[in-house]
Amino acid sequence: MDDLLADFLTETNENLADLDVALVKLERTPDDTDTLSLIFRLVHTIKGTCGFLGLPRLERVAHAAENVLGQVRDGMLVVTPDTVTLVLTALDRIKAILAGLAGTEAEPVGDDTALIQQLNAMAEGHAPAQPPPSAAVAEPEPEPATEAVAEEPPEHDAPPRQPNAPATPAAATSEVVPANQTIRVTVDVLEDLMTLVSELVLTRNQLLQLARTQDNTAFTVPLQRLSHITSDLQEGVMKTRMQPIGNAWNKLPRLVRDLARDLGKKIQLTMLGADTELDRQVLELIKDPLTHMVRNSGDHGLESPAERRAAGKPETGRITLNAYHEGGHIVIEIADDGRGLPLDKIRAKMVAGGFATEAEIANLSDAQVHRFIFRAGLSTATDVSSVSGRGVGMDVVKTNIEKIGGAIDLKSVPGQGTTFTIKIPLTLAIVSALIVEAGKERFAIPQISVVELVRARNATGRNSTDQQDGSESVIERIDGTPVLRLRDRLLPLVALNDLLRLGPADTEAQSAYIVVAQVGANMLGIIVDRVFDTEEIVVKPVAPILRHITMFSGNTILGDGSVIMILDPNGIARATDVGASAESRGNVAGKAEQPHALDQTTSEKTAMLLFRAGGEQRMAVPLGLVARLEDIERDRIEYSAGAKVTQYRGKLMPLVPLSSELRTDTPRQPVLVFTDRDRSMGLMVDEIVDVVEDRLHIELSSARPGLLGTAVIAGHATDVIDTGYWLTEAWQDWFRGTADPAAEKTGSRVLVVDDDDFFRQLVAPTLTAQGYRITTARNAAEALRLRDAGVMFDAIVSDIEMPDMDGLAFAQTVRADGPWQTLPMIALSGRAEPRDIEAGRDAGFTDYVAKFQREALVSSLRDCLAEPIGA
Amino acid sequence: MSTDILDRPVADADQEQAFVTLTVADQLCGVPVLGVRDILGEQTITRIPLSPEEIAGSLNLRGRIVTAIDLRRRLHLPSAPTGTKRMSVVAEQGGELYALLVDSVAEVMTLKSSAFERNPPTLSPTWATYSTGIYRLENRLLVVLDVAKLLAFAEKG
Repeated sequence: MDDLLADFLTETNENLADLDVALVKLERTPDDTDTLSLIFRLVHTIKGTCGFLGLPRLERVAHAAENVLGQVRDGMLVVTPDTVTLVLTALDRIKAILAGLAGTEAEPVGDDTALIQQLNAMAEGHAPAQPPPSAAVAEPEPEPATEAVAEEPPEHDAPPRQPNAPATPAAATSEVVPANQTIRVTVDVLEDLMTLVSELVLTRNQLLQLARTQDNTAFTVPLQRLSHITSDLQEGVMKTRMQPIGNAWNKLPRLVRDLARDLGKKIQLTMLGADTELDRQVLELIKDPLTHMVRNSGDHGLESPAERRAAGKPETGRITLNAYHEGGHIVIEIADDGRGLPLDKIRAKMVAGGFATEAEIANLSDAQVHRFIFRAGLSTATDVSSVSGRGVGMDVVKTNIEKIGGAIDLKSVPGQGTTFTIKIPLTLAIVSALIVEAGKERFAIPQISVVELVRARNATGRNSTDQQDGSESVIERIDGTPVLRLRDRLLPLVALNDLLRLGPADTEAQSAYIVVAQVGANMLGIIVDRVFDTEEIVVKPVAPILRHITMFSGNTILGDGSVIMILDPNGIARATDVGASAESRGNVAGKAEQPHALDQTTSEKTAMLLFRAGGEQRMAVPLGLVARLEDIERDRIEYSAGAKVTQYRGKLMPLVPLSSELRTDTPRQPVLVFTDRDRSMGLMVDEIVDVVEDRLHIELSSARPGLLGTAVIAGHATDVIDTGYWLTEAWQDWFRGTADPAAEKTGSRVLVVDDDDFFRQLVAPTLTAQGYRITTARNAAEALRLRDAGVMFDAIVSDIEMPDMDGLAFAQTVRADGPWQTLPMIALSGRAEPRDIEAGRDAGFTDYVAKFQREALVSSLRDCLAEPIGA
Repeated sequence: MSTDILDRPVADADQEQAFVTLTVADQLCGVPVLGVRDILGEQTITRIPLSPEEIAGSLNLRGRIVTAIDLRRRLHLPSAPTGTKRMSVVAEQGGELYALLVDSVAEVMTLKSSAFERNPPTLSPTWATYSTGIYRLENRLLVVLDVAKLLAFAEKG
């Protein structure tokens, strides 16, 4: 590209950025003649240069805008929002033309007549009523554009680049031409310098390390000097890359103004600490996230003037940006005084989006709920406005900030507003890192993610008396998974030794160090063997062959010359969540992050009703089995032949206590009602806790009658009750009495195929009770062996999700050939979406029943078996 | 011209190439000298957890981080006895430096193309992959290693 053109583009773009700011300022203070002069001069300069470079289209637009400004300056026109809007529109047009120019080195083709006519009309004093957008609203104006140019006094056709043309005091001129003692240096040169200085710092560190081991050599003094110079040089080079954060903010006043106009809100933008400097690389990377967040604050955070009035707040909402240095980092706050984050909406979204169950949410603090807005797919905007809600959410903001080693957090108070806090490193090149050791290897952990260090003892036994001997923390284990009690919270721990497969930890060591790291919304403790000091390190990318190891964000050379890997706490968190059962750590967030992966690797989820009966132990029953939950007043419990009953829907319903130690001090008695045909029974419990969706995997079977065993549900050990047992407690003939007459007659033989012990245990007695003769098979292969052995059935009930051969494949195999080819087959599955049902039918299933829909299964079987009988 | 060269195999114009000779598990190998950036003695090597097996770790070469590749493991040879002092041949690939850990490095040899032969078809697949051919020396054979292939992990993993 022509050098002259390139320079013009750079300069004009800078001028335009200044213009945006100045115009918005002018709108607020129309009498500010200095600002007005500045604007006039900037537009004039653009126009002049265009003429000089032979860019007629640009020149015409700039000229027309200048006319308007000229009238304003001369006091012929009063500044109104419309004036400013129109001039801003003209500037936008100029920007668009410049963009085309930068791409093709020629002015793009286009028609600006309508815009120019509007500008001219404005300059003439007829304020155009129509909105400024560039739609070709050709209001016939007597004077075409050319005439307007002609009638313009020669004053404005002054030669190009004559900054003093307007009659303004010389003092103002110095504002336009800032310090001219600057040179343009390409960014590459600065980057190279930075790299070299980084290397120099490393070399200096190495030398210093060497010198420390020797006393008073001849090198000591020159080395000191070298060290100082290096530090100064580092600082100097860093400075060349530093830019005030205001550079990233200069588009915001315009943005907020347009936003306020579009949304009909009143917004005041306050920017503090705009001169806080940070590395330009970092600056570039946070520009977009910041813009997005300010837009969010204006759009979602702030209320409309009416709402604000109603809430007793001033009509004008405030957005405050604040930037400051803090311990080698830059902290940027984006605060609004709006309505605060809608907790209820986020909770609802979390449940709807499958991020967490209601039970899990109940355990979360408000702050934890707030942080869910950083999740992908969780936008709380109910309707998509033109301003935000375009699918780019806070998750993208968070990702971008984490990419540069930063962190984001938020605080929100309902009715008072929301404050986002971004903490980013001053520079990407040199970071402060904590050096730790695990498995005889040293690693660096970026200081920014380290919250604190805890020294903890390895728990040797289960006796809790150890804890009394002082303030030292103890690493406790749940089935081998280490956790730490840290100020009333359970901190999930991960041993670096295990994670990086460095071999077994130093078992002789009685204590270990825990690096408490903040990873997004979660805290994670990383167990290491030793902690050294912190060091300034230069982050270098790892070799391409190692890039797949997400646990490392880079590597570096320490002062002693050794190479060490830099750990990425985000990568570690991801690795631990994927690699292990997340809920065993009580880590709701981790589980939500990988819903699909988990669904594929483990069995499907089941809705479970959680309750307590006779103690604190949590108990569960599949929700599908429970007909209703009732809360009976205690005085309505009556006795019939010594057994408790209550009148329920015009009949007597037997009540069975689940435990002999039920509470009796409450006025009402919670009851789980089970119903079959016209019979009901009530199981008395102490308290209904919740309904959760979780995998039902019984880990410990129980010898106690009435309990199937213990499963981990929603992170707690939970007893799963054997409903069959309790039903017969109420009606000894519960199953027999309700047997299907048709089935009883035929004694139909049914094969039940399910890999899950629990389901087999549940389905088999249910169907047996209906008069069917049941055979069970643990998997498809076992079932097919029965077929090959010549065993015959009247119907097959099969699970879909099974290891090795799933239900669909099993059905296809059965349907392919053999004696079972025409048997009715009923699919049982946790998934009963239309798509699944269709897949089931395609595979050859006769019917498809959702698991735990006992009634549905029974009636489906009846229908399937009735057909051949009737035929 | 070409007949000329063939007629005078010893002349300067003959295809001569210089090789850094090295041994790995008693096998003499050669690497074209132009591809070698450095020869290093015993180095402190930092292990890299979770890395592929043939990665020995990384080392510091005058302020640059170099990934060390264990040539024995890369060639599926038995590991060197512990405590053996090993040397490295540093080569560049795609702007990155790699150090090939070998048992020892000997002199630089200039070899004539007349002594060069393609890999015998019976050579084991591993060696055939990483070797471009064999030089017949007076009393032993020298395998020419293909450094680019040795370092091409993306394809060969």
